[in-house]
Amino acid sequence: MFEHLNVVAAAVFVFFFALVTVLGFVASRWKAADLNSIGEWGLGGRRFGPWVTWFLLGGDLYTAYTVIAIPAVVYAIGAYGFFAVPYTIIIYPFLYLTMPRLWAVSHKHGYMTAGDFVLGRYGNPWLELAVAMTGILATMPYIALQLVGLEKVISALGFSGAGVMAHAPITIAFVILALYTYKSGLRAPAMIAFVKDTMIYVFVIAAVVVIPYQLGGFGAIFAAAQKAFDAKIAAGAAATPAVKVAAGLTLIPGQVGPYITLAIGSAMALFMYPHALTGTLSASSGRAIRFNTMTLPAYSFVLGLIALLGVMALAAGVKVGSPQDAVPQLVLWAFPDWFAGFCFAAIALGALVPAAVMSIGAANTFTRNIWKPFVHPQMTPHEESVVAKFVSLIVKIGALLVIFFMPTKFALDLQLLGGVWMVQIFPAMIFGLYTRWFSGSALLIGWASGMIVGTALAWGDTAWVPVHALKWDLPLIGPVDLGLGFAAYNGLTAVVVNMVVAMLLSLVLRSKAPDETSPSDFLDAEAA
Amino acid sequence: MRYLLLFAPCVVALWAPLYNVVEPRAFGVPFFYWFQLLLVLVSAIGIYLADRIGKA
Repeated sequence: MFEHLNVVAAAVFVFFFALVTVLGFVASRWKAADLNSIGEWGLGGRRFGPWVTWFLLGGDLYTAYTVIAIPAVVYAIGAYGFFAVPYTIIIYPFLYLTMPRLWAVSHKHGYMTAGDFVLGRYGNPWLELAVAMTGILATMPYIALQLVGLEKVISALGFSGAGVMAHAPITIAFVILALYTYKSGLRAPAMIAFVKDTMIYVFVIAAVVVIPYQLGGFGAIFAAAQKAFDAKIAAGAAATPAVKVAAGLTLIPGQVGPYITLAIGSAMALFMYPHALTGTLSASSGRAIRFNTMTLPAYSFVLGLIALLGVMALAAGVKVGSPQDAVPQLVLWAFPDWFAGFCFAAIALGALVPAAVMSIGAANTFTRNIWKPFVHPQMTPHEESVVAKFVSLIVKIGALLVIFFMPTKFALDLQLLGGVWMVQIFPAMIFGLYTRWFSGSALLIGWASGMIVGTALAWGDTAWVPVHALKWDLPLIGPVDLGLGFAAYNGLTAVVVNMVVAMLLSLVLRSKAPDETSPSDFLDAEAA
Repeated sequence: MRYLLLFAPCVVALWAPLYNVVEPRAFGVPFFYWFQLLLVLVSAIGIYLADRIGKA
């Protein structure tokens, strides 16, 4: 189990893990308040200023899984993996306009989750339930994938176990994480995010300086990567039956449509996730959010550099069974053991921060939008915090079980499908920030249509595929072809269907349900 | 003007055929990669300027 262990790297790794464990527990005394109230436990009392929010949101959105998976796609097929960059470019102008409005109305009415806002705005408990269920469903596989990232770096440290012991390190890590999240709530990941983000920046800057130096500059790196892709394409063509490999330093024509639509759809989905909203609503003001839309792109830039690690791994001749091992193996190839341990610790902490925020976001959602309205309406804030803390434990155990019993490939597919589902609450949330013209029941039926269409599109012949050509063989109707000639991200196609349905039905189904918000609630001091 | 500053970089970012080329390179990095990285910075500056205009 330990015979191949890289002792130096493992020691550094354990040191940083121990450090943040202490921080996680100490965090309960930071900005001291009564952690038995759900607003304090699950939203940090909405007292995080611009910089704390920057670290928390950065740590929360740019996860370990991202650090592993994006370069893995670049390593495997090249340019296509770079879709994460336009995705993160388009998101911030959009957030600049919308999120201060959501923050203001949530602050005014005490909303903590997407479901809270939807209920207050449309007065429709079923729409609230749909929004809440979508969030929890999409978050579960996302947390599980953080564990995959964690496991990749632990195996790169040289740990190998059989049977039950194979998952022992991540189980220990998750139990510790569960304990301090239980005690400190959102304060724990907020505090750990300082350490994690600083380490990620050090790791990435070192990597983009040292590795090109070792490999003879970026010119040589991209030339070597080009050769590797050419060899892959040739090998595919020579195989029987011939396989057409879509890989290269730029997008091949068939990839352009998916590249664009994946960026748009992913951007629309991201801030619908409970963990993204938790991070946003814990900010202390609309100004703190606006500040972050200008400063979070620093993480996007780093993400672009991280994506380049995939090209560097090709040039370094890193050979791996699964592309997801490319970054850990590149780190081992390029750095001395102690710094490799530092990098792995950075990636591992990159799993813990989002996993904590995601479990808190899911716990808040379950407590406020499922348990309270449907099981125990007379809950006090204290009782809410008891349920939320307990659910945060359940969610983490659930994620562990997913990793124990489900093939990784399936968890990955589920996460992709989660994005397709998550974007279906976009119309209710974002349109709702500007107008009450849409009715709750129309949005609910739109949501259901989007969920069905998105899931059906994903049900491909070979595997669950994220994109689909814009032509279908519909039951009863026959073949339909939009004639656009490109494939689109399923989430985007489905949410367009969702919006059209919601719009048409809103013409017919006018809602008389109460709206507890007024137009001025959406403006904060600055916008008013 | 405010909306132009916010959304012009988005339009460019989504117009993939515009930058889907290898040349010109910068420090050996193909255009596809360095242009998008540069665009991240440009878009952040765009938001900053839009914010300044909005407050004035």
